Amino acid sequence: MQRLIWVIGAIAALAAVTVLNSMPAPEAASTGAARAQHSLVLTGSSTVAPLAGEIAKRYESAHPGTRIDVHGGGSGRGIADARQGLAHLGMVSRDLKAGEGDLTAYPLARDGIGIIVHAANPIANLSKAQLIAIYTGEFGNWQALGGRDAPITVVHKAEGRSTLELFLAYTGLKNSETRPRVVIGDNEQGIKSVAANPNAIGYVSIGTAEYDIAHGAPIRLVALDGVAASSEHVRDGSYPLARTLNLVSAAPLRGLARDFVEFARAEQTRDLILAQYFVPLAQ
Amino acid sequence: MISSSPSILSPSRSDALLRATLRGCAAVAGLILVFIFLFLLSAAWPVLREAGPWRFVTDAAWHPAEGLYQLLPMVAGTLYCAAGALLLAVPLGVLSAVFLRFYAPRPLAVVYRRLVELLAGIPSVVYGFWGLVVLVPLIAAWQAPGTSLLAGVWVLALMILPTVALTADAALGAVPRDTLRAAAALGLGRWSTVWRIALPAARAGVLAGVVLAAGRALGETMAVLMVTGNVVAVPDSVFAPLRTLAANIALEMAYAMDLHRAALFVSGLVLAGLVAGLMLLAARLSGESAHASA
Repeated sequence: MQRLIWVIGAIAALAAVTVLNSMPAPEAASTGAARAQHSLVLTGSSTVAPLAGEIAKRYESAHPGTRIDVHGGGSGRGIADARQGLAHLGMVSRDLKAGEGDLTAYPLARDGIGIIVHAANPIANLSKAQLIAIYTGEFGNWQALGGRDAPITVVHKAEGRSTLELFLAYTGLKNSETRPRVVIGDNEQGIKSVAANPNAIGYVSIGTAEYDIAHGAPIRLVALDGVAASSEHVRDGSYPLARTLNLVSAAPLRGLARDFVEFARAEQTRDLILAQYFVPLAQ
Repeated sequence: MISSSPSILSPSRSDALLRATLRGCAAVAGLILVFIFLFLLSAAWPVLREAGPWRFVTDAAWHPAEGLYQLLPMVAGTLYCAAGALLLAVPLGVLSAVFLRFYAPRPLAVVYRRLVELLAGIPSVVYGFWGLVVLVPLIAAWQAPGTSLLAGVWVLALMILPTVALTADAALGAVPRDTLRAAAALGLGRWSTVWRIALPAARAGVLAGVVLAAGRALGETMAVLMVTGNVVAVPDSVFAPLRTLAANIALEMAYAMDLHRAALFVSGLVLAGLVAGLMLLAARLSGESAHASA
């Protein structure tokens, strides 16, 4: 009996740890600058990294013998590494700032997040101030916004997600100031949570929301400050809750780096951009 | 001349080989556990060194991006969820096993047992999805928005019910026939036989099933993540949201960096600690019950 208990214990401990190991882990950083001609190092934004990784995979299979290493670390690291030459290209999930004129940005795609409510919710437009009031718990009822008399279920993203980062940057809130009622992980879970609750409000990548609405999910994208939330408005820059995903470089592009950037920005990566729920730049 | 030497005092070469192999296997199994623990510890080390272990119980909240690492609400959430699920699943599971062994007609018992086995094989994400689209709106009609401790307990109870029922069934099946016949010879009724004779005799096996179920309840991730709301707070009612340690890891690990990532490994360590503590407790309990029945 005692022995059986220990065996069970070992199995349970293993199960607990499987949870950890099944999560994709950001790879350990390797920042050797001196690489052979046929290899390229990209570091930076964890939003851009999965897309860059997919593009790199396709590039490598189209150009045998090349090797492209993509590492995370955040947009800040992308800028710093591109400047210091630790990486050939930096990945930055925002527009370059005024003090970053020494770098050249090569836009890959646009990323926008849409505010979603249940299809039965009559609210069609929200201002930034209203959005902030909802997420800080100041408005607890849809009546305060001209909706029906029902409590607002605030659906929020878990810490570390890039959609959360963009949402916080736009609203100017700190995560500790928000008062969510439901915290979710990926976009699909967010859409399911809102679709299952007529009083819920949430935010997800616009690409995901458009896809699910087209496939019959009972949700609606709410206009923000009078601008309809659509891939179109994310692309032309009129929708406020959006950003550009860039590759940046300090020196003029040469050789493999130039070839890769051209490849990444060409029509052939459009499906990869859509697969990550980003918005391609060209129509 | 005797070619084989069956003497116990001088074991043959094949015995020695077998012994070495078995020792090797046992060592590998043990080492894996040790390595997992060391891996967890090394991955958690940066934040344990930088912030120290006390921050995980004294900080104001869990906001790892802002350097706040309070884990206790999630420990409480994990324990509440698992305890609630056990509270529902253990009586149900044990009673259904009793029904199977002592009351159900044979054909029904066979079908019922297959059904329970089928229930045990459903992947957890299916339970989670069912919970999100069926159970949560049901609870929401009663007390909005539905993602709550209650939903988590309910889904978990369904998931561990087959484990409890099947192990209790096996344990009751292992009670010696003679014991049951002796009970019948003494004129005991069916219920008295079950309650006074069969269940006490099967106690160790039933307990093993409960421990197995508790381990699963503590570590279950996807199903719980989809129905409990995942807000980091100690639930003050069954309708309040909560986040479990396993859900915390699954929600945040994919994009976590540096100290945030290390802090998630600390929640993994705490979870492993909880499970290990449970096992120790169960080992003691079963030891006592073995003495009591001896």
